[in-house]
Amino acid sequence: MSIFVDKNTKVITQGITGSNGLFHTKQAIEYGTQVVGGVTPGKGGTEVEGVPVFNTVKEAVEATGANASAVYVPPAFAADAIMEAVDAELDLVICITEGIPVLDMVKVRRYMEGKKTRLIGPNCPGVITPGECKIGIMPGYIHTPGKVGIVSRSGTLTYEAVHQLSTRGIGQSTAVGIGGDPVNGTNFIDVLKEFQKDKDTEAVIMIGEIGGTAEEEAAEWIRDNMDKPVVGFIGGQTAPPGKRMGHAGAIISGGKGTAAEKIAKLEECGVAVAPTPAVIGETLVRVLEEKGLLQTCITKN
Amino acid sequence: MNVHEYQGKEVLKQYGVVVPRGHVAYTPEEAVDAAKKLGGDLWVVKAQIHAGGRGKAGGVKLARSLDEVKAFASELLGKVLVTHQTGPEGKEVKRLLIEEGCAIQKEYYVGMTLDRSKGRLVMMASEEGGTEIEEVAARTPEKIFKEVVDPAVGLQAFQARRLAYSIGIPKELINKAVKFMLGLYQAFVDKDCSLAEINPLITTKDGQVMALDAKLNFDSNALYRHKDIVELRDFDEEDPKEIEASKYDLSYIALDGNIGCMVNGAGLAMATMDIIKHYGGEPANFLDVGGGATTEKVTEAFKIILDDPNVKGVLVNIFGGIMKCDVIANGVVEAAKQVGLDRPLVVRLEGTNVELGKEILNQSGLKIVAADSMADAAEKIVSLVN
Repeated sequence: MSIFVDKNTKVITQGITGSNGLFHTKQAIEYGTQVVGGVTPGKGGTEVEGVPVFNTVKEAVEATGANASAVYVPPAFAADAIMEAVDAELDLVICITEGIPVLDMVKVRRYMEGKKTRLIGPNCPGVITPGECKIGIMPGYIHTPGKVGIVSRSGTLTYEAVHQLSTRGIGQSTAVGIGGDPVNGTNFIDVLKEFQKDKDTEAVIMIGEIGGTAEEEAAEWIRDNMDKPVVGFIGGQTAPPGKRMGHAGAIISGGKGTAAEKIAKLEECGVAVAPTPAVIGETLVRVLEEKGLLQTCITKN
Repeated sequence: MNVHEYQGKEVLKQYGVVVPRGHVAYTPEEAVDAAKKLGGDLWVVKAQIHAGGRGKAGGVKLARSLDEVKAFASELLGKVLVTHQTGPEGKEVKRLLIEEGCAIQKEYYVGMTLDRSKGRLVMMASEEGGTEIEEVAARTPEKIFKEVVDPAVGLQAFQARRLAYSIGIPKELINKAVKFMLGLYQAFVDKDCSLAEINPLITTKDGQVMALDAKLNFDSNALYRHKDIVELRDFDEEDPKEIEASKYDLSYIALDGNIGCMVNGAGLAMATMDIIKHYGGEPANFLDVGGGATTEKVTEAFKIILDDPNVKGVLVNIFGGIMKCDVIANGVVEAAKQVGLDRPLVVRLEGTNVELGKEILNQSGLKIVAADSMADAAEKIVSLVN
């Protein structure tokens, strides 16, 4: 099992004819993802990468039975694209686009209230269930099917963690990038809940960074609700206050959202925090050994 | 993006928010002209820099004559102000705001920001004007009142009224305070602000509710739809290296250390700074070359790093996903050839086309130290620099 996506997930790409959309659709198909169509207004009726293109998400869903979408639409039009997917009642929308105005996302969040769709992102690498379904921009080949779930605000730092696991033979159940923006669709707790329920996930790696209090809230949730071990890492221990560190959400403001506060809270709640990004894998191995789960989690020689 | 106080006030004025009359001045003569135009016998000479705490640092002066206006203007222009927000190096004052003096009755605080966990805007108000809101929050949190805004309908008058009553605005001024807050909200959403602070908001002896100070920040993701705001950017307030980097769409932040870093991805870039520090070094910058970087972009990034005389060595840490390792390798080789690599360089490549990338570096004839992991890379660059 896995969370959010698996071999049965049928995906459409919104913005399929743009360079990013096209490139990553191709990569997803090569990985084995069931990409069933794409949407670009004005390009309906054409075909790219062997899949049909539609003018609207509604048409695409009716014709293909898609239940998930990947959004690669440019930032100025991305909020509209997300809402179109929500209106078409997809189960899952994964928005890769970086640079969406914050107030656009505030509107999107409001629009989604009471609707069935889950949004992951924006400004995220996407979601992958190794060996089954890859939606997003992560390099597929570094992943290994297995039992450790990953949830992260960062892209490349997730690849780093995955790589450290795969080289130790520890596979991943699902890796979820929730994105680096201050307003997103799915937070740490939403993903942790799913990992806790997923019978094939034995442990979780949670990668946070400076800014906001999502990690602190997640730490308390873990303490109160989770019996699976969680290993954490927080980026930005050396980040100066008041500066936006690349991600729109990665900013220490008014002395709040520092790495030190987050690490202290996580440790207080029983999460083993890796002191450097180089030892995320090592820290997980130590925790798995303590819990007697290491052998179960080694899924590749 | 930050703007100056006088620019923020201009924006607010368009939305019916009352601000003291005032004019910007770049020279003592302009300051005197501004005071003459304003008339009266009391003026405030305010240093315009992108940092708070100006009052305490001596950047705000009360002048009772035109001679005093001139004297204060001469004193402040060119002066380096050090406030708790500027860092120890301070900021040079190049512009002044000359305002009419106001007969202050009482000072309050009104601010607007994003509540990240709710995903909605929140307006905050307090009777503790003139003090930093963080300080009020720490000392007397019960004195801060909040209204969360439903984006479907915007800030409602009843919410503004509730805030105004909560902070003790006199009853005859409640309607003016409500109009003020609704104007502030409208300006915030129309112009895509990320932060607005009116500290202090004042009531005056002649029955006005106005913004004595104004701090507005704007969402840089939304600047594409606000040409008027983009024009307010003051390059003098920014680090020249950061300006150069922004031309190439590179995310760069200057820091105090001596190890330059070039990384792909914001999270990995932050983590790379952290690991340098962990092994006893100090990062000279944050630099995310982004996902879709070209050889040209990498070259420019490398030049910006090496342009910093404090940089004694460079660490390149790339986990190639979309970004292919051979592209990074070509960029590094190209840049090193163009600028002449005179400092130690440690490169750690992993991910897509990693073998090709390593080969390009090996065959370049450049003195590049290869590293196998992030820890190995950080240890190597720290020992080479020290």
